[in-house]
Amino acid sequence: MGKQRQQVLVLYLANSALDSYVKGWSIYDGTGKHPHTTGDSGEAPYTSGLDALKDGWRVIQFPQLIPPYPNMEYTTSFQMYEFIFERLVDV
Amino acid sequence: MVSKENLLTTNQMASFVARGFLRFDEFVPDEINQAVMAEIDAGIPSAAAGVPLSQCYPEPSAIGHMLRMPKVEGIIQSLVGPDPLFDHQAVHVRQPNEDSAQGMHGDSIIDTRTQNFDVQLMYFPHDVPLEMGGTLVVPGSQYRRINEMDIARYQNLLGQVQMVCKAGTLLALHHGIWHCGRQNKTNLKRYMFKVRLNPRVSQIKLWNTDDLTNAVKANKPIFTRDTNKVEDVQTILGRPEPWFEDAAGRLEVVNRIKMWRYLTDDPTFDVHYWLTRLENTPANRELVA
Repeated sequence: MGKQRQQVLVLYLANSALDSYVKGWSIYDGTGKHPHTTGDSGEAPYTSGLDALKDGWRVIQFPQLIPPYPNMEYTTSFQMYEFIFERLVDV
Repeated sequence: MVSKENLLTTNQMASFVARGFLRFDEFVPDEINQAVMAEIDAGIPSAAAGVPLSQCYPEPSAIGHMLRMPKVEGIIQSLVGPDPLFDHQAVHVRQPNEDSAQGMHGDSIIDTRTQNFDVQLMYFPHDVPLEMGGTLVVPGSQYRRINEMDIARYQNLLGQVQMVCKAGTLLALHHGIWHCGRQNKTNLKRYMFKVRLNPRVSQIKLWNTDDLTNAVKANKPIFTRDTNKVEDVQTILGRPEPWFEDAAGRLEVVNRIKMWRYLTDDPTFDVHYWLTRLENTPANRELVA
């Protein structure tokens, strides 16, 4: 059995549904072959989270739905719908 | 005294409130750009934090020439008022052939002010092609409460602006906007000069308000196709950025409404009726009598 490395895809979606549109993305490549960094692409790798599943990525984290804290109902902060995917590739 | 024609217009101010930045391409003449490049090599002396800008960059100073251009003074006065305080300066350098970009961040530390804001001028004294790693700016991010590099895991967001510009281009930024220096893939250093300024006055109606008429605040029909056909204040403040989440994107419009209410000293201004319906808590009992 050959060695494997993990690739991680983070998609920031429009809402809590996995099939909603991609608004932001980050990629980390454990093989070291395809380095990614801030601002390296203006085009999303997938249109929706579901499209990533169809391409072989496995979801490893769904964002929890947490009610706003009192008096913070109108405060905006981090991207709320951060879905994390992985795929293992042979090296 | 800055003349009116050098101040920002109402629509420009609305764009700043909505997107957190204004861009002025090829704004500074080339003789100043070249003088600034020479000054960067020699080192630009910095004033202490908290000194009025009028006391900074005494002659001879190419940066002083840039900041004292009437059009630049008009931008500064429109956003933070006359003779703001110098906060700090920085010459940002992206080294040639870098392995990676700077992480996404907001400057300084988390800032909970909801009305007053600082402005940061970013000045690009030489041409910046795409591969040279110009600053990346995330429009509309200025009201998000985050602390500096907490957002470094965000590599790309839809609608991000990768600065590709000619020499002499200026950005005027709200202090809270998310940004980073991108990866420089060329063999040349990339420079950008930044200065942060603090207001000393209330920031109400500092721009040229000749076009701030009652029509600006009139409510429009909502949820109709025609509402946003005219490029006016309400259209500008109501336009979502491509990276906004569905629901939080609406809250960003509320953030803009609150800022516009402050800047225009108009506590009833609204966009899309978002706040007016929430503020409607009638106590009238005669109508039902």
